[in-house]
Amino acid sequence: MTREVLRFALRGLAANKLRSGLTTLGILIGVGAVIMLVAVGNGSSQQVQKNIERLGTNTLTVMPSTAGGRGGAGGLARLFGGGGAGGRSQQTGPRAQAKSLTVEDARSLADAANVPSVKSVSPVVTSSSVNATYEGTAHAIQQFVGTYPAYFEASNDPVARGTYFTDDDVLNGRKVAVIGNTVAEDLFGTVDPLGRQITVSGVNFTVVGVLKTKGSSGFQDADDVAIAPLPAVQQSLTGYGALNQIVVQAKSPKVVDTAQAEVTDVLNQRHDISGSNTADFQILNQASLQSAISSSSRTFTVLLGAVAAISLLVGGIGITNIMLVTVTERTREIGIRKAIGAPKSAILGQFLVEATVLSLLGGLLGVAAGVVGSQFTVLGVRPVIVPSSIALALGVSVAIGLFFGSYPANRAAKLRPIEALRHE
Amino acid sequence: MTVLDVQDVTKVYGDGDTAVHALRGVRLAVDEGDYVAIMGASGSGKSTLMNILGCLDVPTGGRYLLDGLDVGALDDRRLAILRNRRIGFVFQSFNLIPRMSALANVELPLAYGGVKAAERRRRALAALEQVGLADRVDHEPNELSGGQQQRVAVARALVTAPALLLADEPTGNLDTRSTADVLGVLDRLSADGRTIVLITHENDVARRAKRVIRLVDGRIVEDRRTAPVGRPAIRSGGDELRADDR
Repeated sequence: MTREVLRFALRGLAANKLRSGLTTLGILIGVGAVIMLVAVGNGSSQQVQKNIERLGTNTLTVMPSTAGGRGGAGGLARLFGGGGAGGRSQQTGPRAQAKSLTVEDARSLADAANVPSVKSVSPVVTSSSVNATYEGTAHAIQQFVGTYPAYFEASNDPVARGTYFTDDDVLNGRKVAVIGNTVAEDLFGTVDPLGRQITVSGVNFTVVGVLKTKGSSGFQDADDVAIAPLPAVQQSLTGYGALNQIVVQAKSPKVVDTAQAEVTDVLNQRHDISGSNTADFQILNQASLQSAISSSSRTFTVLLGAVAAISLLVGGIGITNIMLVTVTERTREIGIRKAIGAPKSAILGQFLVEATVLSLLGGLLGVAAGVVGSQFTVLGVRPVIVPSSIALALGVSVAIGLFFGSYPANRAAKLRPIEALRHE
Repeated sequence: MTVLDVQDVTKVYGDGDTAVHALRGVRLAVDEGDYVAIMGASGSGKSTLMNILGCLDVPTGGRYLLDGLDVGALDDRRLAILRNRRIGFVFQSFNLIPRMSALANVELPLAYGGVKAAERRRRALAALEQVGLADRVDHEPNELSGGQQQRVAVARALVTAPALLLADEPTGNLDTRSTADVLGVLDRLSADGRTIVLITHENDVARRAKRVIRLVDGRIVEDRRTAPVGRPAIRSGGDELRADDR
């Protein structure tokens, strides 16, 4: 009899194709929206994650805590345009005597005895909008970074062509540089930049490598960069003053927090920070930044999903509405069926199946629409479908059919045959 | 054997001052093979009685036994089964389900009775054959004349081989020719030994029955047998004589 009930339900739906179609559309839009918006949220969160990964892994960035001073520095600045975008800060209020970060600070952090969790330390100076020329072609390099070779690994800046500079280059203060892709293209065009010299404030730097493309994020071009040995940059651009930041790489993701504590201890000691004094440096922890941002992007995804879920709910109410109309319209038919011996369960089943078929059909079409829609880039975000959202949306659509169909179906099943038959 | 046994059945609609006493104690027993016509003016309670007999409505008081089974003691599910297996209902307004072929309409009670598809089809075709509509099985109700629709309804009523065939003014909406068609079918069924209870207000229709019951104000005022149970009903004077001869 189950098969008969199913057939009756399908026949009922087929009898009102336009109405069934429109009801299905309501669910289709709801399910499609859930899948697509969750995919957009997921895509944007993955994009942000990728941006953060570009900063390097297991990395702590120590910066002087005069926030926004010295023109944004290093990896973070290249991504977020101006430093201090989240992460953990240890700075509040004024302090007695602020000391700037020095190469000695960096050296003390390299002492394995005090900071066992640290893998490498790179002191960093940066100079922004540095004019560089090559045979008459000029280009303003957004970030000119002076550092140690360990920086490449810590900040996740691999070389695509050529080589990194070496510790030897640093010790000897050689004027060599690794340039970003944008710089290479602007200055050299089709010419191979390796081995050529670019002139920066009257000093010639030999290009030894070109960095792998990172792509732009926000309004900053992560590839508009040049990295050279620290002494060379200090000599020609920044002078031998304070460092802009110290990039510290922890030994593993697990010990990032430990490393942060160790670094804080060492620097507190060196900068005479204790008790009432506020630290004159801040440490950005990539991991905590990442978790902060991923939790906020999760909120974003949930919000999008919730908006979509509301449209799914509206679609569900549409089902209730149309099923109520159907039941009213077919009251007489229900009466006939009951008079010839249809049990309550068969009537209930018929209308439940009708509602569920509507919502399941809408759900399936909605999945198709959501998947197709997710192939397009939405507002600069490439949606990434979350497989579980498909299963969830489908499951919810079936549940909606059962839930929102149960009221009208119950009403049909409960009709007394004698009253149903009198209905005109 | 007694198919129907109605014992002091009353039916009251509403309560207090506005209460309407549709049935005021009806006592009626119908034997197997009988053909009973219930007559009465509108408001006499004949439709109410019919609905109670068809298990579509429950009496306010009294007992109703169908095939020896006390209907009042049954729950919804069992009542549905009872309607499905023991009772065939023919309505004044046909009450076929639209957009379903004649065959599908006739198969419907069997479908609810859980009969397998092949068997269902066979029995439905046989029932349609019996009412002379073997050539119209694939027509939908709106493609059939009133008389044909009513014959489909009769086929649907008898396809489950019920103990009792109830007809509520089956010819009320039909022209003379269709009326003759439908009554002819009922006559044949009666001749085959089927128990039939029919409501009518037309004497022509009632004359074909073997027993005529007249209801006034919810009470039986006349219960007249015109032919013995198990014998063909009296059709005319000539028939009457022949029936007496037997």
